[in-house]
Amino acid sequence: MNLNQSAPPVPPFGQPQPAYLGHHQSSYGGQPGSTTAPTSYGAYNGPVPGYQQTPPPGVSRAPPSSGAPPASTAQGPCGQTAYGQFGQGDVQNGPSSTVQMQRLPGYQPFGSAILAPVVSQPAVLQPYGPPPTSAQVTAQLAGMQISGAVAPASPPSGLGYGPPTSLASASGSFPNSGLYGSYPQGQAPPLGQPQGHPGAQPPQRSVPLQASSFTPPASGGPRMPSMTGPLLPGQSFGGPPVSQPNHVSSPAPQVLPAGTQMTGPPGPPPPPMHSSQQPGYQLQQNGSYGPTRGPQSNYGSPYPGAAAFGSQPGPPQPLPPKRLDPDAIPSPIQVIEDDRNNRGSEPFVTGVRGQVPPLVTTDFLVKDQGNASPRYIRCTSYNIPCTSDMAKQAQVPLAAVIKPLARLPPEEASPYVVDHGESGPLRCNRCKAYMCPFMQFVEGGRRFQCCFCSCINDVPPQYFQHLDHTGKRVDAYDRPELSLGSYEFLATVDYCKNNKFPSPPAFIFMIDVSYNAIRSGLVRLLCEELKSLLDFLPREGGAEESAVRVGFVTYNKVLHFYNVKSSLAQPQMMVVSDVGDMFVPLLDGFLVNVNESQAVITSLLDQIPEMFADTRETETVFAPVIQAGMEALKAAECAGKLFLFHTSLPIAEAPGKLKNRDDRKLINTDKEKTLFQPQTGAYQTLAKECVAQGCCVDLFLFPNQYVDVATLSVVPQLTGGSVYKYACFQVENDQERFLSDLRRDVQKVVGFDAVMRVRTSTGIRAVDFFGAFYMSNTTDVELAGLDGDKTVTVEFRHDDRLNEESGALLQCALLYTSCAGQRRLRIHNLALNCCTQLADLYRNCETDTLINYMAKFAYRGVLNSPVKTVRDTLITQCAQILACYRKNCASPSSAGQLILPECMKLLPVYLNCVLKSDVLQPGAEVTTDDRAYVRQLVTSMDVAETNVFFYPRLLPLTKSPIENTTEPPAVRASEERLSNGDIYLLENGLNLFLWVGASVQQGVVQSLFGVSSFSQITSGLSVLPVLDNLLSKKVRGLIDSLRAQRSRYMKLIVVKQEDKLETLFKHFLVEDKSLSGGASYVDFLCHMHKEIRQLLS
Amino acid sequence: MATYLEFIQQNEERDGVRFSWNVWPSSRLEATRMVVPLACILTPLKERPDLPPVQYEPVLCSRPTCKAILNPLCQVDYRAKLWACNFCFQRNQFPPAYAGISEVNQPAELMPQFSTVEYVIQRGAQSPLIFLYVVDTCLEEDDLQALRESLQMSLSLLPPDALVGLITFGRMVQVHELSCEGISKSYVFRGTKDLTAKQIQDMLGLTKPAVPVHPARPAQPQEHPSISSRFLQPIHKIDMNLTDLLGELQRDPWPVPQGKRPLRSTGVALSIAVGLLEGTFPNTGARIMLFIGGPPTQGPGMVVGDELKVPIRSWHDIEKDNARFMKKATKHYEMLANRAAANGHCVDIYACALDQTGLLEMKCCTNLTGGHMVMGDSFNTSLFKQTFQRIFSKDFNGNFRMAFGATLEVKTSRELKVAGAIGPCVSLNVKGPCVSENELGVGGTSQWKICGLDPTSTLGIYFEVVNQHNAPIPQGGRGAIQFVTHYQHSSTQRRIRVTTIARNWADAQSQLKHIEAAFDQEAAAVLMARLGVFRAESEEGPDVLRWLDRQLIRLCQKFGQYTKEDPSSFRLSDSFSLYPQFMFHLRRSPFLQVFNNSPDESSYYRHHFARQDLTQSLIMIQPILYSYSFHGPPEPVLLDSSSILADRILLMDTFFQIVIYLGETIAQWQKAGYQDMPEYENFKHLLQAPLDDAQEILHARFPMPRYVSTEHGGSQARFLLSKVNPSQTHNNLYAWGQETGAPILTDDVSLQVFMDHLKKLAVSSAC
Repeated sequence: MNLNQSAPPVPPFGQPQPAYLGHHQSSYGGQPGSTTAPTSYGAYNGPVPGYQQTPPPGVSRAPPSSGAPPASTAQGPCGQTAYGQFGQGDVQNGPSSTVQMQRLPGYQPFGSAILAPVVSQPAVLQPYGPPPTSAQVTAQLAGMQISGAVAPASPPSGLGYGPPTSLASASGSFPNSGLYGSYPQGQAPPLGQPQGHPGAQPPQRSVPLQASSFTPPASGGPRMPSMTGPLLPGQSFGGPPVSQPNHVSSPAPQVLPAGTQMTGPPGPPPPPMHSSQQPGYQLQQNGSYGPTRGPQSNYGSPYPGAAAFGSQPGPPQPLPPKRLDPDAIPSPIQVIEDDRNNRGSEPFVTGVRGQVPPLVTTDFLVKDQGNASPRYIRCTSYNIPCTSDMAKQAQVPLAAVIKPLARLPPEEASPYVVDHGESGPLRCNRCKAYMCPFMQFVEGGRRFQCCFCSCINDVPPQYFQHLDHTGKRVDAYDRPELSLGSYEFLATVDYCKNNKFPSPPAFIFMIDVSYNAIRSGLVRLLCEELKSLLDFLPREGGAEESAVRVGFVTYNKVLHFYNVKSSLAQPQMMVVSDVGDMFVPLLDGFLVNVNESQAVITSLLDQIPEMFADTRETETVFAPVIQAGMEALKAAECAGKLFLFHTSLPIAEAPGKLKNRDDRKLINTDKEKTLFQPQTGAYQTLAKECVAQGCCVDLFLFPNQYVDVATLSVVPQLTGGSVYKYACFQVENDQERFLSDLRRDVQKVVGFDAVMRVRTSTGIRAVDFFGAFYMSNTTDVELAGLDGDKTVTVEFRHDDRLNEESGALLQCALLYTSCAGQRRLRIHNLALNCCTQLADLYRNCETDTLINYMAKFAYRGVLNSPVKTVRDTLITQCAQILACYRKNCASPSSAGQLILPECMKLLPVYLNCVLKSDVLQPGAEVTTDDRAYVRQLVTSMDVAETNVFFYPRLLPLTKSPIENTTEPPAVRASEERLSNGDIYLLENGLNLFLWVGASVQQGVVQSLFGVSSFSQITSGLSVLPVLDNLLSKKVRGLIDSLRAQRSRYMKLIVVKQEDKLETLFKHFLVEDKSLSGGASYVDFLCHMHKEIRQLLS
Repeated sequence: MATYLEFIQQNEERDGVRFSWNVWPSSRLEATRMVVPLACILTPLKERPDLPPVQYEPVLCSRPTCKAILNPLCQVDYRAKLWACNFCFQRNQFPPAYAGISEVNQPAELMPQFSTVEYVIQRGAQSPLIFLYVVDTCLEEDDLQALRESLQMSLSLLPPDALVGLITFGRMVQVHELSCEGISKSYVFRGTKDLTAKQIQDMLGLTKPAVPVHPARPAQPQEHPSISSRFLQPIHKIDMNLTDLLGELQRDPWPVPQGKRPLRSTGVALSIAVGLLEGTFPNTGARIMLFIGGPPTQGPGMVVGDELKVPIRSWHDIEKDNARFMKKATKHYEMLANRAAANGHCVDIYACALDQTGLLEMKCCTNLTGGHMVMGDSFNTSLFKQTFQRIFSKDFNGNFRMAFGATLEVKTSRELKVAGAIGPCVSLNVKGPCVSENELGVGGTSQWKICGLDPTSTLGIYFEVVNQHNAPIPQGGRGAIQFVTHYQHSSTQRRIRVTTIARNWADAQSQLKHIEAAFDQEAAAVLMARLGVFRAESEEGPDVLRWLDRQLIRLCQKFGQYTKEDPSSFRLSDSFSLYPQFMFHLRRSPFLQVFNNSPDESSYYRHHFARQDLTQSLIMIQPILYSYSFHGPPEPVLLDSSSILADRILLMDTFFQIVIYLGETIAQWQKAGYQDMPEYENFKHLLQAPLDDAQEILHARFPMPRYVSTEHGGSQARFLLSKVNPSQTHNNLYAWGQETGAPILTDDVSLQVFMDHLKKLAVSSAC
């Protein structure tokens, strides 16, 4: 939304605003009558946000009417859909900028937009009528607003609101959001705007062909930017009165009433409103909310009270009625749906510099035309400020989340492998950047100029090619390195350790056989599984068998190595008790080819559980185990991966011995950070050696109590490995999850002994790196192992001015050994735009990536700073980002308005999720190990994973007709959204809950659980019975497909309403206030608003 | 003095004892003037098929400091049922069991012919024999194969209840667990790290953390059979397993780069073997059998680095102090040897390699524990195979000819004190009234530990006469010595063998003739040689030779008959006549001469010299030479170059080598193939005769000698030529071209020259 806000527009807006206001008010007036607040919002929204929310309601309710158009919109209703299409295009492209404009046209949006609008409107109307739920209504309204910005927050702050003004303000706020409507952003392009406004929608939409729905309104106005100003007023006026009611209703029972109200009013009024408003809107575009002063004042007061939010909850809400309507604030669901609808259908073509890709939640295809696919690299912003001053002002972190070996959908080809023979890949002589599509060939093709450092290099004779009339090499399209964003080079021997081509890597399975492991059945299960699993080791291309060799070690407080040479009649076990000075007792026969030694391996795996069946040994060692594996690889002169299956705190006398230091009393003290730090430096040293050897460590933990994950995970973390944790492992319950993770982990393609280097064009520089790797200097990311799930987040800083003309280039080069032992270089290139206007920056941001970065930043921060400091830093940074936008990009408006950039309107809600996460705000039931575990998990997550991890998906299973096979539309993660007559599925990438409402129909219970009543459902059930009926199949199918999307198997937990497990479940309803003190979305938004206001004043 | 010879021989057969002097000078002063100390050669477990052990326990003198055992020399009062200890004169009551004794009903130990009695102790638990194989795997494949077979064969020779264990080593050391089904298990140790006994036991899981062993009570092996059973198993249980395990034994898999020696962790392997037994079966008879195919090249006890270009130390290096690993390694092995000895475990070393294997450093392991040392060129030779097999030979009762964990105690009557012992033993450091302050050999104690011994193990025991000159012993007085040997018989019984001997005292001034006549020059030569060799271990070679020479000269001065300053008048009586000749050959022997021998060989020779009985020792000092010819039956001939004649076949036995040498003519005949012609069958027989005799020796001897068959002019003839007295050399011109023998190309002095000098010095009043 904000995007639009280019500076220029502002002025214009100013003017428009008034008009707008007028409209609003009037409209409100009308509407209000029926639905108070909502409508008012609507109004705002109408203009702005309207799009999202409104639409949704419309859809759901209106289905019929929407019918045609809606199809796409289905959920998010027309409005949204429309938006999506428009919005995306516009928004991302940089609505305001001419460029964007141009592109927009290109986009489909137009067409669709037009249609949509029309349709949507009707739809909307209908919805209102029908849809009784206040939520929806509000949503609509709010949506509008929301889109605009957050304003809503204020409501909660309600406190302050208290007074009548508050009402106004509140409404105002919404409006703002509506304003945001950011749509306004779309602003630049008139098209965009239309969408934005729910109410207004009809007209708007039509108008705004462009993607950025929001903008459309603005469209009229190039003013795009912050329409807020205008809107606010409108809102405030109209809104206030209305809003209050809404608020009230929303908080409590109102729902119905609200809904009703909504319906009533919305329908009719909106349209008019919109149309009329539109003009006004446009002006306001960004529309932060509540422009009115009245509101502002209100805000002010409320906030104070709210101040507390940041850290915690609960400001007592004096006036329930004043509460901000949750439906009125930006909804992640809506945004996701919109993006999905707008951008999911067309392939994303990477040819153009600085394009913002679709959201990670959207399924889309990528066509590589010179820039790396967003599956490999995502940036926080695709348009970066030209100067560091600007960057500092905006405080928007410049970061890229890189997943160099990301797996691609089958439809997309994996990178081509380029073999330049003995001369190796062609590189710039000065900066060593690899040949890429951005290199400029000059002097008839005899030389090329490096796009990173501008050095002129000779083209080697064998690489010479003539240029065509555009200065392009004639063979550009025959060479991947000249035409694609991602490709691979075969490395020459110069790129290999010791100047020797590497041997194929090896996998070593290291199994804890202490008492705990035996008793839980783990060892038997694991050995049984390995027998078959070993046939599926990763292989390259069409290779018949995997080149990976395997070895086995078991251990308790001593280590047992196994000789499984194919020539042996029976395996040989070699015990090494000298754990203080670990070594590998054998050379030949430890690492073997699976096929050749099949018989011996099978015999070994049969015997391991038997041999230790009567063990009494409870003590284990840990560091020596890793050391042993590493030494084994060293002896075999290859890279590889250790799979460690470990159960307990290593207390046996040995290097790396740990003591139990778990102390909950440290939480919220300055010493809390020690819980995240390793107990001893021994593991770092060990990890360093592992990295040098290319030894990646994957750790599977099966703890019954504290095992000090913070320390144990050091090596996996630094070697690019993964940690899996199965607390209180029991074969019956956890078998499937463990085996599934194991299979995936063993089978996945891995690169070994990797070094990653990110080169940038002059002006910016990679300065900080986050992820699972080791760095021995400031530029090279060393990864003992790297798989397709691991990401590295890189932060950039300016060290010079950037040029708008040439933009900024990134080249990520990854040198690694493939699982067949081939040494390769994978290159990803990405070109970004540069801007001199902050608005461009804000218009091309990606909140999901931003959150990914901020979470990693914060999670690393807890190692060194008190958690509170980290949280405050996050809040402050977020406030600064938003304040900067407000100050520089949004149209002038009352300080009481919360104006959010369209691209960042979800920033507050997501940030709140980060702040509430177990690491930063642990609940009583969260163990120290859990926190450490999550902390390290997040460190290497990609954007999609962090997105769902922080804001879980909540899917209603029984809302849509059974026959409908598509994934049901998600709902917002709040208890208010749960109806006790339905069943919901919640997932966050790690957990999967099936929530069963207390009054679910018996038939549903029967067909899903095979029992006759709700009370007979076993709480905590982890497997759904296989029943032959449509619902059961559909639900199980859905669960399977959800699992397939995630890198880790999610264990299902069935939670019954009102059951004690529900507490656990509620922990994931992140929009609500959490038991551990995390603020609700609404509260947090208010707090954020306050922070921003403080910054602005 | 036929009587003395008979007496000596009789004593030797009955008691396994030979004294240098059989009549003892009665005062300290005179004894020292005798030059050759009063000493004896003792074979504690000499085989006595005619001596059945008695099934009861010995009766001890009740005086706590004495505790001598009742013997035929004690005076017995049959009426009062009292006996007087002949060492301390304590009067003792017979125990109740002896109530029925009388002059006509004497227990065996009182009968004169039972000066040696063997008792069987019934008390105490019997523990099985333990054999722990410690096997080097850095061998060539055929060597390893041969070793595998030998080891497998040995399993069938062991008593079924014997416990066996297996440790293999190369770069790493593996302790094999023997009781596993379906998988073979072993504990592996780094070969470079010295571990304490406790660490080793911890790492092998031999310590029971829960039940700390009471410190005051020595751990009884029976207490934890389960623990020890993992590594040491009764052979009947794991015969198959172990056979398979040995069959699968692979060469050390670690690659050996060009120009390097394989990394061999002998030091650690041995340390672990010692630690393992120490932890599981202390004070129980056990045999660690170490098989090595090369020198230790890493870790504690390394003898040489792994760079092939740096050769293993030679005597030259040692003299120049250039053997950089020697001291440290020696210290390591000494420490191990002492630990093993303290626990009653013996260590054998079977070293088969063409180059040295570090026996110099490791010798103490065998020398201090009574283990065997065998040196060969390859495990794939009959020398090793048969020698190894012979370890498990059995006596007439079907028992192994080996005993374990013995202690030898010496008690003397008060005129005598014991000065020390030289042999495969360590001091138990037991002070007592009969311990001399002067040490000869391992002294300062009256008890020694001999961890492993066999019927031929022989010690030299040295005494000092302490009776003062002014306190004459009454005429007819006798001095007595009692040897008490506790040991574990191979049947696992504990036994005690008691030998009590007495000799007359004589006043050296008035009765020198008696003393002279009772001189046992063979025993004396061996005893002096042992002293010399013992000294040679710690002193420079020339010093030892000088000392030996001086002793010889002094002896000649004392007992020779001569006119001063007239060498030609010099004569020695019959009882001394051979002694100088022994000394001459001893001086040339490899025990004292290191020239042409590697340090390992020297150690090997000395090892055997210090444990063989008198006959064998004499052969070592002065090899035996037999001559075969058509002129008569085989006859012993002088070990002299003049014995090397063209028409003779010579058979020389040096103990370590059996050399058959065909004279020039014989060799020509053989080449011409006369032996295959029926009409020259007698020639065939002549050729065969020495072979048969050699076979006889080969069969009887341990370790099996190197068998050399050569002929005149053959390169291996050097074995013979280096031993014979070089009476004809290129230097004595008169010998050239004569048919009297074969000239030897050497600068060594001949016996004649030696004797001439000796005479000259003996008669000279200058010294």
